Amino acid sequence: MAFTAPKETYSGKVFEVAIGTDKTAVFGGENVLPFHSFEGNIPHRPVIAYEIQDVPPDDWPETVKKVYEGVSGDPVTWAKYCQDTLNAQAIALRLVGTHPDRENRSPEDAAKTVKDVLAAINVPLIILGSNQIEKDSAVLVSVSEAAKGKNCIIGKAQEGNYKTIAAAAMANNHKLIAMSELDINLSKQLNILITQMGFDKEKLITDPMCSALGYGLEYTYSVMERIRLAALTQNDTTMQPPMLADVGMYVWKIKETQASESDLPQWGLLAERGIAWETITAGSLLMSGAEFLIMRHPEAAKAVEKFIDELM
Amino acid sequence: MLIIGEKLSIIAKRVREAMFKRDKGPIQEIAIRQWKEGSGMIDANIGPAEDGGEDLMQWMVTTIQEAVHLPVCLDTTNAKALEAGLQVHNNEWGRPLINSTSNDPERFPILELAAKYNSQIIGLTVGKGGLPADAEERAAIAAEIMARAMEYGVPLEDIYLDPLVLQIATSQDHALKVIEAIKMFQEMNDPPMKTVVGLSNISNGCPKALRPILNKYYFIMLMNAGLTAAIADAHEMAEAMQEKKLIDDVLAGKKIDDAQKMAEITKTLDVIMGKTLYAHSYLEM
Repeated sequence: MAFTAPKETYSGKVFEVAIGTDKTAVFGGENVLPFHSFEGNIPHRPVIAYEIQDVPPDDWPETVKKVYEGVSGDPVTWAKYCQDTLNAQAIALRLVGTHPDRENRSPEDAAKTVKDVLAAINVPLIILGSNQIEKDSAVLVSVSEAAKGKNCIIGKAQEGNYKTIAAAAMANNHKLIAMSELDINLSKQLNILITQMGFDKEKLITDPMCSALGYGLEYTYSVMERIRLAALTQNDTTMQPPMLADVGMYVWKIKETQASESDLPQWGLLAERGIAWETITAGSLLMSGAEFLIMRHPEAAKAVEKFIDELM
Repeated sequence: MLIIGEKLSIIAKRVREAMFKRDKGPIQEIAIRQWKEGSGMIDANIGPAEDGGEDLMQWMVTTIQEAVHLPVCLDTTNAKALEAGLQVHNNEWGRPLINSTSNDPERFPILELAAKYNSQIIGLTVGKGGLPADAEERAAIAAEIMARAMEYGVPLEDIYLDPLVLQIATSQDHALKVIEAIKMFQEMNDPPMKTVVGLSNISNGCPKALRPILNKYYFIMLMNAGLTAAIADAHEMAEAMQEKKLIDDVLAGKKIDDAQKMAEITKTLDVIMGKTLYAHSYLEM
């Protein structure tokens, strides 16, 4: 008798999300666990967005900063470089310069940056605040209006500011990232609260909060895994938006991506170490259910694309 | 089912203030109300009570028993305070209950007190290593507590095993594990071991309006599993008993006439049983 591999069937399905207007990117839509194509349908590959900033990346470690040397002084040039030279499918613009402890750029300045970047690219844009609750609720409203009709992703809406940000994203027809801090129940609650405002649940992206390998990755992994299981096995529609892993920001601030070879020769080449770290973190989170990644180093992004090629 | 009235806890501001001022009025008023609502025992939770715990526990026990003819559940980690309370406890109204010993060596001497004062005792199934992972681990710890109780000369009939109810808002999977543990504990002796839970911890951290709903339905499920006693709000538990038939009908897969109640019960039972993921707004979904 021939062997028949056991197969799971799932009652739920992840929502499919399309972003952008000219060149679009689509992710989600699967009705199986990550890469379980033998059990069902995975219509889209995970999408990787390249991260850029509104201000020069002075705080990025050398390994990843030097890749963008000559282009990162200006977000428009940087965005075009990612699109045209690195073939980025999507670009994530983090408005870190709006943070009150940084350059404290105004919502109007941020809106101008967004307009300039949008005018220069044709791939989808993800617009992220500086992760400061109060400032983000002003900045993200302003940039949502500036990007009206461009079908962007706005983020991140959190418990403390989701009302204004979700209202702005809704009014200007964008997708929205809902972020909670490594708590599956609060993640579900935030998605409920946002949809109770009238925001379409099929336009949400869940961010359960990323963490780098060695810095709590297993917590993110576990929360993502359980979110995906609730979506698929319990048909929990509040947990069916695709998930974001905001990898680059969390990886390129840890010491393993920065410590010099002279201090820690046993850790291997610095130039390879950070790339490997970002690759492994991203790959792990794809395995736990992320459909959408934000990454920094092109070599890491390419390695993850290859990983996806092999698993799809 | 024995309801141990939970309201005399140091966590409540009014109770705490009355304890510090040695103001009998609020303590006795709350004790009487809990008795009228159906409590068969009154929990006196004085916290760790590192300073002056002995005097406070004695005052609590005598103050409560002056007002109601019920035994007291002496709730503190301070062994000296427990002993002081046991010395003044009036056993005419029933035997006291110590809350609690566990599998932590620091809590072993508390078993001596149970033997010495012929008191009943709660055995909380946690060890020094932290929270139990599942029902099996709870049962394994229960076995150790039972063995130790016998060494100390405490009869197994005097032990109430407590599987430790955890918050559904953060540890949803434990809701069912606790119910499973209640069933397992009973099989560990003949006659079956007695069991108790600190019920309202299930809804700790949940929105205020949700708390009685979760407490009541969880109580009925535990009761169906054979629970002997609950440290709980007696008023809520009386309501639970009135709703028991509806809950049992839904558990048996029957439809009940009141559609809104049907939805409330179904959604809550699904959350308790882990069929849907808990969120503060689960009733609105």
